[in-house]
This record gives sequence, structure tokens and C-alpha cells, in this order.
Amino acid sequence: MPSKTLLNVENLEQHFPIKGGFLGRTINHVKAVDGITFQIKEGETVAVVGESGCGKSTTGRAILRLDEPTNGKVEFLGQDVLSMSKDEMRKMRKDMQIIFQDPYASLNPRKTVRQTLWEAMDIQKVVPRKERTQKIIELMETVGLQRHQIDRYPHEFSGGQRQRIGIARALSVNPKLIICDEAVSALDVSIQAQVLNLLKRLQKEFGLTYLFISHDLGVVRHIADRIVVMYLGKIVEIGDTDAIFENPQHPYTKALLSAIPVPDPRNKSQRIFLRGDVPSPIDPPTGCRFHTRCPFATDHCRTADPALEQKGEGYEGHHEVACHYALDIESGKHEAQYEMYNVREILDDESEEAVHSEQDEYTKS
Amino acid sequence: MSEDIILDINDLRTSFFVGDNEVKAVDGVTFQVPKGKTLGIVGESGSGKSITALSILRLIEEPGKIKSGSIKYKDEELTEAKNARMRQVRGNEISMIFQEPMTSLNPTFTIGQQLRESFKIHQGLGKKEGTKRAIEMLELVGIPSPEKRVNQYPFELSGGMRQRVMIAMALACKPELLIADEPTTALDVTIQAQILELIKELQEEIGMSVVMITHDLGVVAETCDYVAVMYAGKVVEYADIYTLFENPKHPYTVGLLNSLPRHDKTQDELIPIKGNVPAPDEMPTGCRFAPRCPFASDICNTLPELESVGEGNEVRCWIHTDQWDGDKEVQLNAK
Repeated sequence: MPSKTLLNVENLEQHFPIKGGFLGRTINHVKAVDGITFQIKEGETVAVVGESGCGKSTTGRAILRLDEPTNGKVEFLGQDVLSMSKDEMRKMRKDMQIIFQDPYASLNPRKTVRQTLWEAMDIQKVVPRKERTQKIIELMETVGLQRHQIDRYPHEFSGGQRQRIGIARALSVNPKLIICDEAVSALDVSIQAQVLNLLKRLQKEFGLTYLFISHDLGVVRHIADRIVVMYLGKIVEIGDTDAIFENPQHPYTKALLSAIPVPDPRNKSQRIFLRGDVPSPIDPPTGCRFHTRCPFATDHCRTADPALEQKGEGYEGHHEVACHYALDIESGKHEAQYEMYNVREILDDESEEAVHSEQDEYTKS
Repeated sequence: MSEDIILDINDLRTSFFVGDNEVKAVDGVTFQVPKGKTLGIVGESGSGKSITALSILRLIEEPGKIKSGSIKYKDEELTEAKNARMRQVRGNEISMIFQEPMTSLNPTFTIGQQLRESFKIHQGLGKKEGTKRAIEMLELVGIPSPEKRVNQYPFELSGGMRQRVMIAMALACKPELLIADEPTTALDVTIQAQILELIKELQEEIGMSVVMITHDLGVVAETCDYVAVMYAGKVVEYADIYTLFENPKHPYTVGLLNSLPRHDKTQDELIPIKGNVPAPDEMPTGCRFAPRCPFASDICNTLPELESVGEGNEVRCWIHTDQWDGDKEVQLNAK
């Protein structure tokens, strides 16, 4: 089992300023990531999941300082990443690589495979010049490309093959950690399975550690050892993969899992529908950020921000959840405050609430 | 089949002509949609599923063309219908929901104006009456405070709401057939769950039939009664969903199911399909799937027909015929 902590993220915050007004002053912030803490051990795969706008990609970029984080601490093998100079950071990136979602946009269209990989090795000065071509061919074969394709341009490859070039580029500098930002999301399932198997094989072969960012929970269950569930810039639940899938604790995780269509026509499990949409990260809700959509929310949730902590003793291993009522919901002591299984009633309730709030505004004015 | 068939497509071929090249996007597609039921068309990018949908409504633009085949909608041959007749059909009898709600709504008109348009064209309703119906439709798809929303522009709504507006528009004239082209692909799963449930409910209320085009086998299992699996412009397997998921007969269908990572159970490994979909100019003349098929044999150089193999499947594969010259013990197991 993995033991040494490779990456330590503490209270990471990423607030993007919104400029506005006549003088272009900062008028507010998008709180994309708002204080998250987690660790990754050597050799494991940690997945960050959540819906669009939850801050999962921002987290990946902030760790690599592709966008400078606002606050917090990132440690890689004990070294403080955020205080490094530009030069030191460039060297650091040898150990921390990233694979992006869109293989069309993340490769330079004017560079052949050879040039792309050569450049990466050149910057990090990893392989002596004489051996580079040999190394490039080896890498191409490792990721399932053929040696005669070495002088081809990205447009001559299919989507799956391009993603393989991206993987080869990341591998070319012998990294320890690879951040996969929706790395297989743009691929068709038959090709996606090829790339997932490749990533798994490479992990074994090179002892890689992955931070796997994805919205696809099927993919995540297949590849991850541990899962971080994010909602609106915060971690709502974190735990071993089996714990999250077999015994989700947070109402959001439960709703998220129940919402995924199951590729089995006989399995029509009950679905939890959430009210409304994700609120704006510019002015996130007070207290628990999920309270506006949570069927279990009470007044307490509207004011007090729940801490991420281990609940219950039924499960051995690591499983933390940020919910005031996690245990009481499980034991049945705390029940849902309104309908959550009938989509029609939920939509009707929403409309009613919208009308009420309008009337309130009217009476106020 | 004993049920009423609302849409019967037979050997449909749609090609795009670029220079001297012909790209056969849809290359002999055959399927039926039973009345009141949902047919899923599933396939990966480039399989021709969207072009099939556009062909049904005759929305193929130059340089594309429906070359041959028949599209029968309730005994009416749509490939031969006059343009004026097609305008009556579109949005009134058959309507369509597209994948990207932002690009298929006009950003310069309010929701109400866009909804009123179809009432005006198909039912001759005036502004006042049209607005009333528009509000009703928005209510039907669960848009909060519809009286306010009718006067808003698309950018003022969230993604999920825009897609609901699209559904409201598509259902405005109570169509008999709804074609939904990846209606939830751009949405988050929690919103997707709402939209799919809503389509299902409205389908029961109005009693319409649905063609659901998707790449997601989960969505198929969740919403459809029948499925056509497409590969490289052809239907390779057609079956009811229980048969398709439990007893798939085409190696491609089996391959798709085996390469799908599941969130509802643990799997030891994924079994991917080797290789890639061939480029249009390198398309094999025999079975299109043969270069990627683990069982391919000599006879696969000849194109197989879509044939019933009993047990509810229609399959385009030599393995199930007497002519099969490969391994007789082929095991088509979906795990």
C-alpha cells in the first residue's frame, strides 16, 4: 500500500477577480476554489469529481500554478510549491505533469510528434540529445503509437491517438505526479477504454501517481483509489472509492450518484432530484453551500458551515463528510424536509417559491 | 411487429459530396419506431446518428443529399413530400430537440417571441393568445415564474432551463414524434436526470413517440423501449432494450458494453475495442466493423445484411448465418 505523502494541499483558495465599473476596479470575486484540503500518497490515484463549476479543474491548475492560487499551501514531497521562484517552478514541473481534456487544443498543430516530445525533454534536460530519438520511439510504442508516425502532425491523428501523444509528452520527462484533467472525457467509449487501460498500465510500470479530475463517475470508479467530491468550491465528501460508491454520506453525493443513468434496463433505482441549479460562485450561499438544493437542509445548515470530518465507525479506512446531519440521516432520525423523488412536484415547488420570493420583494419595495 | 408503426425508415442513404468525393454518412439505415414508444439510436461519433435524424426532417443542406431509401411517416413518404408539406410537418407533427440549447435558441429574441412563432405559423394564433399558450408551455416544463420568463432572453437562463425551453418549444404543437438529438449531453448529470424524467412524463401525457439519439448507453437503458446500434453509417443491431443489454448479438454491441466503465458495480478490467473507426475514404467494402472485430473471418469481406436471428434481435453479422466460415464456437459475452 502507498505510504509516503506525495502531494499535500491545505486550505487552497482560488478567487478570480471580477473587474467592472468605469475605472476597471475589482468589484467582486468568483470563489472557484474556497479552502480545500487533501493529500495524495505516492502511487495512488485520487479522483476529484463534481459538476461543472465546482472548481475541480481550477484545483488542478492551481496545484501546478498555471493560475496563481489566492491562498493556501501546496507541498510536493515536503517542498513548498507556492513559494518557489519561476525557475524553481519550471524544474518542479518535471515531476508534476498535466494531461488536458481537449487533445485538439493542447497540442501545437505546427509541431510533429518528434518536435513536441523533443521540446519537452529539452526544457527539462532529461535525456541526452543523442538518445532522444530512441527515447521518443520508445515512448510512442509505450503509449500505443507506431514508430513510423514520428514525423506526423497532430491533425493526422484521431482523437484517441492525439490523447496518446499528450500522454507521451507528459511521460517524456519522467514525472512522479500526472494531473489528468478530464483526460478521457472527449473520447468515444471504445477509445476511452483503451486510454484508461493505458493509464492503468503506465501507473504500474512507472509507479505514477494520478490526480484524476473527471465528471464521469463510471470512469472514476474504475480508476480511482480515493475520491474527492466537490460542490461549489468546497469538498463535501472524501473517502475510499468503495466507501463513496457503496455508502455515500453526503446528500449531494447521494443525489449525484442516483442521477447517473444505469446501463441496465432492469435496474431502475430510485432517483433523487435536486431543486434548481448550482448557485453562483460569486456570492455562494452562507452556511453549507448545498443548503439551497438539499432536501434535508434546516435553519442550522443555512448559518453554520459544516466541517469535513470522519463520521460513524461502521466503515474502516478513510471517509470524511461535511454535513451536519450525515449520521442522523443514515439512522433515519433526520428526514427530508420536502419531496425529492417526484420531479413534477419538485418543479412545482420551485415555481411556487419563485412566486413567493417575488411577492416578498414587491411588499418590501 | 404487431404494434402501429409511426415511422418506418428503409434503406436510407445520405451522402455528402465534396469535390469528386462522396462521404456516405448514412449508408443504408433501416428501423421502425412503434407508436407511443421510444427508439434509441446509439453509436459513437461519426456513426451517422445525427445525420439520420436530420434526414428524417429533410434538414440536410448542400453539399449533402438524401440519395435513396424511404422515410415513411404514418403512410406518408417524406422523401417525396413537397417543401410546403415539410414545413407543416416540422415542429408541428415531428419536432426536434438539439444538443446545444444556446446555439439553437436565437439570442436576439425573447423566449416568448420564439415560442409564439410556432403557434403563429402552425395554428395562426395572435400575440395575446400565443403568449398565453407560451406561458402554459413553460409551466408544463417546470420553469419557475413563467410570466416573467417569457419576456427574458436566452442568456438570462441557466443551461438546464434553456434545454427545458427547447423542450417547451418542441412540444408546443403537441407533435406525434419527437426527435431528441443528444438532448442532455451538454448538461450536468443532476440536470440531465430532471430533463430525461420530464421528457418521459410529457411523452406519456401527450402520447407521442420519441427517437432518442445518444452515445450514452445509460441514457438508452433508462429511457428507451427499442434500440438501433449504428456503426459507420449502418445499423448493426436492432432489438428491444432487454434483449440488447442481456443478449447482444453483434460483436460491436458486445464491445461497446464491455468497454463501458460502470458506476454501479466494480469491474476488474475494461475490454476496449481495438483500433479506430476507419476514415470515410478507407471504409472497407465488406462488414464495416471487420477491421476492429476480434472474430473477423474471410466472409466478412462481403457485406452482411441486417437479418432477424430470432430471440428479438436483428443483426448485421455473418456469425449468426449458415455461411459463417470462422470460429464456430464464437462466444459473444457481454460481461
